[in-house]
Amino acid sequence: MATVKEFRNEVRPNWCPGCGDFSVQAAIQRALANTGREPENVAVISGIGCSGRISGYIHSYGVHAIHGRALPVAQGVKLANRNLTVIAAGGDGDGFGIGLNHFMHAVRRNMDITYIVMDNQIYGLTKGQTSPTSAHGFKNKTTPEGNIEHALTPAQVALGAGISFLAQGFSTDINQLTRLIEEAINYKGFSLVNVFSPCVTFNKINTYDWYKEHIVNLDNDESYDSGNRAAAMAKVVETNGLCTGLIFKEDRVAYEDLIPGYKQEPIVNQDITLSRELFNQCLKEFA
Amino acid sequence: MLEQLSWKVGGQQGEGIDSTGEIFATALNRHGYFVYGYRHFSSRIKGGHTNYKIRVSTKVRPANADKLDILIAFDQETIDFNAHELRSGGVIIADEKFKPVAPEGMDIRFFVVPLTKFAEEAGSAIMKNMVALGASACVLGLPATTFESLITDMFLRKGQKVVDSNMTAISKGIEFMKENGGEIEEFRLQPGDGKQRLFLMGNDAIGLGALAAGARIMPAYPITPASDVMEYLIKKFPKVGGHVIQTEDEIAAITMTIGANYAGVRALTATSGPGLSLMMEAIGLAGMTETPCVIVDTQRGGPSTGMPTKHEQSDMYAVLFGTHGEIPKIVLAPATAEECFYMTIDAFNYAEKYQLPVLLITDLALSLAKQTVEPLEYDRIVIDRGNLATPEQLAAVEDGKLFKRYEFTKDNISPRVFPGQKGGVHHVTGVEHTEVGRPTEDATIRTKMMNKRLNKVQGELPNSVSYTGDENPDLLVIGVGSTIGVIDEALERLAAEGKSVGHAQVRVLSPFPTETLQKYVDKAKKVLVVENNATGQLKHLMQFFGVKGELQSQLKYDGNPYLPHEIYSHCKELF
Repeated sequence: MATVKEFRNEVRPNWCPGCGDFSVQAAIQRALANTGREPENVAVISGIGCSGRISGYIHSYGVHAIHGRALPVAQGVKLANRNLTVIAAGGDGDGFGIGLNHFMHAVRRNMDITYIVMDNQIYGLTKGQTSPTSAHGFKNKTTPEGNIEHALTPAQVALGAGISFLAQGFSTDINQLTRLIEEAINYKGFSLVNVFSPCVTFNKINTYDWYKEHIVNLDNDESYDSGNRAAAMAKVVETNGLCTGLIFKEDRVAYEDLIPGYKQEPIVNQDITLSRELFNQCLKEFA
Repeated sequence: MLEQLSWKVGGQQGEGIDSTGEIFATALNRHGYFVYGYRHFSSRIKGGHTNYKIRVSTKVRPANADKLDILIAFDQETIDFNAHELRSGGVIIADEKFKPVAPEGMDIRFFVVPLTKFAEEAGSAIMKNMVALGASACVLGLPATTFESLITDMFLRKGQKVVDSNMTAISKGIEFMKENGGEIEEFRLQPGDGKQRLFLMGNDAIGLGALAAGARIMPAYPITPASDVMEYLIKKFPKVGGHVIQTEDEIAAITMTIGANYAGVRALTATSGPGLSLMMEAIGLAGMTETPCVIVDTQRGGPSTGMPTKHEQSDMYAVLFGTHGEIPKIVLAPATAEECFYMTIDAFNYAEKYQLPVLLITDLALSLAKQTVEPLEYDRIVIDRGNLATPEQLAAVEDGKLFKRYEFTKDNISPRVFPGQKGGVHHVTGVEHTEVGRPTEDATIRTKMMNKRLNKVQGELPNSVSYTGDENPDLLVIGVGSTIGVIDEALERLAAEGKSVGHAQVRVLSPFPTETLQKYVDKAKKVLVVENNATGQLKHLMQFFGVKGELQSQLKYDGNPYLPHEIYSHCKELF
């Protein structure tokens, strides 16, 4: 069985010192080892931006694709080889700006993919513009007079879209985050782990201390029922989206198990030759 | 006796115009005629005039005819909109029910037939199309049995009674025409050769080609005129464990296609102009990451939403130059439905052999018109998956090390591995990268990687250009896509008048076959490039890629394919 070490590589991430994404990377590596995955059976598909670089920092198969498109690439990979553990990863701009349409449809489709978003409420790699999760009034390079748009709350959007597995973590709580990612990887369906992962360089508002002050950890609330969508939505609204832990989970058959004629054995392992018999049958329809 | 005949049925969209045309065309195809069926339809589903034009010939004629011989009208609009296409002495068969009015001042034969009434007598008003087919058969001197095998295949599962009532409706049409002077000597159709051939449209052939090539995943977003490719594969993939996924948009379609190919499964997507525009960034990703993928572009009237249900060939620039930066690309342009089948298989083989995006472009006429095709040959299906890493290569990679997915090699093609393979772990990125896929900005590696990607395909691909006609013609006509049929027909007429002509058909646009085209251009006195767009894209591509010589253009961009006489008259002026 692979250990955490085997999911590590020699590359030094080009993240700023103190970036929240380091913990997310470590949590993914730990979760992969804890769930008994082997590097060659894992594919990490990422978009663009600081967090999009993560596919290059984990020793596994991986694609660093284009802005906002991690999810469709990941779904293509999963369809081709359902035996792979497919993790899609990226930032809030990537996932909830340019890629929001794909996110909504990935939720709706429910393929067995884990999506990890590193949410820092800002565009980092392009040096500090306002993101879809930046708060109303947020002052920044592109909103010097304050953001006149309202923030999108990922958890609310996910629940509203009908997601079947939703968790949120905070990058300082690596143990909780690892556990959530493990559970998400083991979940047979689409899962989102939204992680509050501060940008220490460009976001001077949503700092580690700010998150510590605002986040409600659901692990500390024994009465919380993660099997109830309405309760989950109420909690998300009540905390303004700033809650961590397993927010919602329900059983649902994954997309792959609903495809007519789709085999358990991955397509990539199957003989692709068309039989003469089936070919002739096809021709008959045109006679 | 007629060597060829042009027949059209028209009415309101949704009243069985398609099926009437289909039955007529398929029945004649079964009797060894060459059939070409072109649907005219508007961007609406029900209501509005629609028609289906069928050309029947004893020779290969993948094109509309200049004039119409027979028009079947289910409403007055059909007569008003289409009568002008009739030749002198042509026939209109109109349903008595709508009290048809003959077009004024035309030398035609006008038959008012109780189509609906006879259909009701035979069992149901919906069989008016069968009565109309019977009436047509009488004019052409064809017996009711012409339709029997097809009617049996279509309706036997509903019971013999249904077959019988349809045959009765056909006979009623024949009888009525016989009694009313509908047997017309000059409309006798020469018998077909009786050979069994196929009747299918380009989009069907592409779907079947993809299936035969081993494609098993198709993410796609519906768009006219490409949707039939996905609709075909939706029916077939469950039989082979594959899957068509209807995506949220074209960007998802192409990126999912790239994901599936990266993971080792042959996957394709199909779209038309507006969708192609959306896919451009991702096509660049496929080029940069050397991921094979096949993209079908069925061209339609542009720009923007343009004319979604009309014919055009105006995406050539977009396809060739569309993504930013510089990537390797193969662009194939089949001309007939038969070529759509074989070239789709080529597309997958090239994509994997050279590890790049392959675009297969058609135009609306080629995608949607149905044509008679010689039986497709199973034994010509070849699957070449290119350079896949061997078990030895994989075993040689030390634990924890990365596989050289982008290894510099003599032929610039590196071994491929798929996720799931031990030893093959590597990184894929759209960022410039090293041999193991690590991002780099090193100037030397950058230059080497660019050269590697851009030099994977060297020289021309086989059969990039085909040629028919005189060796040193006075006039050389060059075409691409579905214009092949009309050009052939126009040049045949000129040749019959003693003119010296040649026809070069371009089937590959990238790598551009400059050398071969130059050879043909050099041998001709005059050169005319015929295409369906407003700016002469093919002509300009020839010049851009260095074909020397004086090139003239014939352009048509009104949404309709050429008629043979249009090219014939234009060429005639040039002598």
